[in-house]
Amino acid sequence: MVSHKQTQSMSSREKILATIKQNQPPAAPLPSLALSDLAPVAPGFDAVQKFTTVLQGIGGSIVEVKNWDQIHAHLSAQFPSPARIINLIPEIHLGDSLNALSAKPHTLEDVNLAVIKGQFGVAENSAIWITDTDMGDRALPFICEHLALVIRASSIVNTMHHAYERIHTGYAFGTFLAGPSKTADIEQSLVLGAHGAKTLTVFLLP
Amino acid sequence: MEAQQHTASKDHATLADTFNRDEPRVDWHDKTLWFVRQKRDKAAWQIPEWEHLRETASQIKHNVLANLHHYLLSFEQQAQQNGVTVHWAANAEEHNQIVHSIIQKTGITRVVKSKSMLTEECHLNDYLQAQGIDVVDTDLGERIVQLANEPPSHIVLPCIHWKKEEIGELFHKHLGTPEGNSDPQFLTAAARVHLRERFMTSPIAITGVNFAIAETGEVVVCTNEGNADLGVQLSDVHIACMGIEKLIPERKHLGVFLRLLARSATGQPITTYSSHFRKPRPGQHMHIVLVDNGRSERLGSDDFRNALKCIRCGACMNTCPVYRRSGGHSYHYAIAGPIGSILAPALDMKKNADLPFASTLCGSCSNVCPVKIDIHDQLYKWRQVLAKDGYVGSTKKNGMKGMAFVLSHPRIYRISGSVGRWVSRHMPFLVSNSLNPWAKQREMPTAPKQSFGEWYRTNKRKA
Repeated sequence: MVSHKQTQSMSSREKILATIKQNQPPAAPLPSLALSDLAPVAPGFDAVQKFTTVLQGIGGSIVEVKNWDQIHAHLSAQFPSPARIINLIPEIHLGDSLNALSAKPHTLEDVNLAVIKGQFGVAENSAIWITDTDMGDRALPFICEHLALVIRASSIVNTMHHAYERIHTGYAFGTFLAGPSKTADIEQSLVLGAHGAKTLTVFLLP
Repeated sequence: MEAQQHTASKDHATLADTFNRDEPRVDWHDKTLWFVRQKRDKAAWQIPEWEHLRETASQIKHNVLANLHHYLLSFEQQAQQNGVTVHWAANAEEHNQIVHSIIQKTGITRVVKSKSMLTEECHLNDYLQAQGIDVVDTDLGERIVQLANEPPSHIVLPCIHWKKEEIGELFHKHLGTPEGNSDPQFLTAAARVHLRERFMTSPIAITGVNFAIAETGEVVVCTNEGNADLGVQLSDVHIACMGIEKLIPERKHLGVFLRLLARSATGQPITTYSSHFRKPRPGQHMHIVLVDNGRSERLGSDDFRNALKCIRCGACMNTCPVYRRSGGHSYHYAIAGPIGSILAPALDMKKNADLPFASTLCGSCSNVCPVKIDIHDQLYKWRQVLAKDGYVGSTKKNGMKGMAFVLSHPRIYRISGSVGRWVSRHMPFLVSNSLNPWAKQREMPTAPKQSFGEWYRTNKRKA
């Protein structure tokens, strides 16, 4: 059965679409997104170097490591027991995996540290792409107090154009995450840790 | 809202006059926004292909406007396949009713909302509050103005007109922070605790939309604070509200827009979170409300269509000499500054007839616009439309008529020039008084004895 309200919104839909069809300007082609024009590479450009500088500039820290054990050593020193750690990377033997948890994301509220594998990084803005499958629970990277992301140095691409060439449809939720949560709403004073993670540490594996 | 009702009846000049009474504060406001403009410049100059990016973005948006019918249908179909419910609203009222009916069905009254200029345009908060819904804005700046019962004064920096001492006082009153503490770090931490409690207990989250992808049916929301993500990921129902012009054709076009948006807005290389919502989390319901509210009509106007390309970065406000010195509230519309002044008259010509005149037509807005909207040309064209349709006050109209008469009669022009110079030298009070709007907040310069024309004729003879 179609309710009165639905009929009304149907007619709004038809009305909006009809007006648009009538008022659309003449066809205009889409511009080329050729990388040679949109993302020319400067001589001597070093993607890892750029990623590092930008990340530090926006309040994140970067730790270059040789192997998983070094990440373990670094994090267990920084977050000694009884810190609550959710670690989604099996190679690092630390904290709990998500399997131990209930389905309710609210139970993650007291997580001190979340450790997540990022898919790749972007040099120009130090953003890291993660999707719902990497996150375990979609709330985790936002609700945790501190966040650690691990990427391979070789995964860093130059620009956002390169980034979207790497992204395919297989996700329900994905985010580019760049640095810790922040705000400058009070007199333009930068404060780290608005609502999301207060710190971001990026571990760079070879 | 009190401030909105209060400002609705007064025009930009009157409201700017009030703002200008406190000169040190105007200087501070001016400098703060110029600082943001300079950050934008630094970020743009690091990208040699910046101008090419702007041109590409403008062309993509042009293609969107020319194919909006097709892209909307494609978006709707893809979103539905992703398990999202799509709604269509012809105007603000219908938008508010749709959002309310979604909330009402859940029986819940606690709602968190992240930044959405569309919901400001529709006055959603007022509507929901009148229906007994407790809606809390979770962006820090928006929460501050909400506690103060004010609308935002800037689309990216909602409380840019507030000083930290005043925010300290506001938080003392509403959040119980110690009196006299105005440290931004401390106040932000207090807001984090206050809003975290709301996130944990609000099963409904409303967000805006920065970009919607016709190809995939996903919506992209950009924030620095993480408030949109935290709200949505802890909710049972996500309602995303968007104007129909937010569409872009394919996901790869985000590469262009995400490079431009934050750099133009605040000078950051990208916002902290650029989240792509494609499918709701298991057990969650996701709604998208597509809102027209005059946009489809405007699409038919060759002169004003380009305003629909706007990605709401706020760069035109930060650079505008009038905005910086008159404050966002003097524009008495949800979107202030140059872009607001070309959007507002399309919605209500009579109420917003003053706004296209709140500009020097210097063109700085068009120069920084990441999608190359011809903002200052449109301001000029709106003035003509408004004058033609009889929305311009008699003082301005008669002044213009007088000016046109003088300028088209050289003899009268010369005589009135010499009279004007004599009067301003011998009887300056006739010029620099409160009846002359040009003498407000300005000192009139001393007029020379001779005009250039007179000087030229004398010296030509000598030579």
